[in-house]
Amino acid sequence: MVKKWIGRLYALGVFIFLYAPIAVLIAYSFNAGKSRGRWEGFTLKWYGTLFQNQQISSALYYTLLVAVLSATIATVIGVAAAIGLSQMKPRWQKAAMNVNYLPVLNPDIVTGIALMLFFVSVGVRLGFGTMLLAHIVFNIPYVILSVAPRLRKSSARLMEAAMDLGATPMQALWKVVLPEIFPGIMSGFLIAFTLSIDDFVISFFTTGSGVSNLSIEIYSMARRGVKPEINALSTLLFLTVLLLLIGINLLSKRGGKKKNGEGLAEQSLMV
Amino acid sequence: MKKNWLVAAALLLCIALLAGCGPKDEADESGDNVTLTVYNWGEYMDPDILTQFEEETGIHINYEVYPTNEEMYVKLSKGGTQYDLIFPSDYMVARLIAEDMLLPLDFEKIPNSQYTQERFLNMEYDPDNAYTIPYFWGTLGILYNTKLVTEPVDSWDILWDEEYAGQIIMLDSVRDSFVPALSLLGYPLNTTDQSELTQAQEMLMEQKPLVMAYVVDEMMDMMLGEEAAIALTWSGAAVSVMVESPDLAYSVPGEGSNFWVDCMVIPKTSRYVEEAHQFIDFLCRPDIALKNTEWVGYSTTHQDALDNLDAELTSMEAYNPPDEVLERCDVFLDLPAGTKEFMGELWTELKAE
Repeated sequence: MVKKWIGRLYALGVFIFLYAPIAVLIAYSFNAGKSRGRWEGFTLKWYGTLFQNQQISSALYYTLLVAVLSATIATVIGVAAAIGLSQMKPRWQKAAMNVNYLPVLNPDIVTGIALMLFFVSVGVRLGFGTMLLAHIVFNIPYVILSVAPRLRKSSARLMEAAMDLGATPMQALWKVVLPEIFPGIMSGFLIAFTLSIDDFVISFFTTGSGVSNLSIEIYSMARRGVKPEINALSTLLFLTVLLLLIGINLLSKRGGKKKNGEGLAEQSLMV
Repeated sequence: MKKNWLVAAALLLCIALLAGCGPKDEADESGDNVTLTVYNWGEYMDPDILTQFEEETGIHINYEVYPTNEEMYVKLSKGGTQYDLIFPSDYMVARLIAEDMLLPLDFEKIPNSQYTQERFLNMEYDPDNAYTIPYFWGTLGILYNTKLVTEPVDSWDILWDEEYAGQIIMLDSVRDSFVPALSLLGYPLNTTDQSELTQAQEMLMEQKPLVMAYVVDEMMDMMLGEEAAIALTWSGAAVSVMVESPDLAYSVPGEGSNFWVDCMVIPKTSRYVEEAHQFIDFLCRPDIALKNTEWVGYSTTHQDALDNLDAELTSMEAYNPPDEVLERCDVFLDLPAGTKEFMGELWTELKAE
């Protein structure tokens, strides 16, 4: 009993440690004063000025656009790559996974400058397209990393079994393999999405032509002090991601139940 | 084997999608309309001014921001985007001139440059006044709380005063942090002499036990919250907190200090030199300069804007220091790579101690 309570207290402590800064940030987004040190009454004005600020609005637009596009494209490529990898001989698979790890471990600044030099050397003008490409590039390994273990867990022979039971390869892929690894795909997508929103270094070096994202805008404010509007903006972003997470959890829970039910039915049929 | 087909098809589809993204971008660029690309510090220009310029001239502006001179330099020097107007600080101007990366300005196309305050002409970084028009400027000094510090603040000594142990904030910035020590020792701010720099670092080592924190931005909250009594900081930041609290005051010590000037310059890679001149002239137009100064809040180099600013601001010595303060201050010059590296090492040593 005591042990259980200690465990709970510990977990509570961890959660407070993780979420207190975000709680403070959210609270101060409603602070009437400009300072983060003093509370001067409740206001919504920072949310108002936020949407009047063209620079921030445009940055928000590009941030979300790049995040959605790069996460989606990286997920498609990453899932395809992971499925391909899982069919390889173990030795090659291991080699390929190691190559896949490299960009993850590579410092962002190296990736950023390398990509910039690459784009410049092939004569592409920096802008939205190059930033999107860069985001896709750094997102793919994370998608592969979150999908590959799922594929390993579900038996590698699952697809063959499905085809033995009469499924076409297409059916086997869409009805057996993909549903099986769906949670991995989803978490890969989410990781890619948040990494893309988060990224400053690579974005800074690969963008141009007036396209910038939120992290570039916010980081560039550092010299002048971060404005209170940014608290409001961060609050909105946090809530968006939170809602997204809750939604996906609900969805996958429902989906999971259905799948289990079907699985049981199939099993009993097979028996 | 059909699986491989699927994967290949998926990959091909992705590549096709990506290829589709590329040309679209270029199509934007090849229009007949001139698009100026302006590269500036974050929060350093009133966004309304951009809109107004677009309305008055029909020239579209791409506006991008950067956080430091160094990051701007990398983007500028590697190409990829052609910037038409940038706002580097003094020492970076000197470096860009030395590396032949700037176009000389055609002052006949910038009649409004006549409003530049004379004290910002022919500066050390651009002795012939050929490449630059100053934008905003400021000094490095001491911000202090008059409730906690009753003695007059006119020397860097106070940063070493045991009485304020644990209440002193230093800047987390290599060159700026060396200024108090170098000034007290009587060495030039742009010294490349390693023994002089080492002596300055020893002084900073002695000071370290008294220092509450080495920060940049957080200074404002710490001073407003009265957690600290004294802070080494720039005048721009000082003014923005002094407006919020009557207890705070700012001083540029008598031993001398650093002052900085950010400039408008046109890089050699600019594609729309004519329009870039037009935009600089627009920024120097009295009504625009005043509007911009009010929005940015830093000290202006524009005489007419200064004359028409709120007296509450211009009467503050931190905002509008008299000439004698400027006379005892120096701008930073670009140091040789070896010196920069050496200072970086000294600084790391200090912070790791």
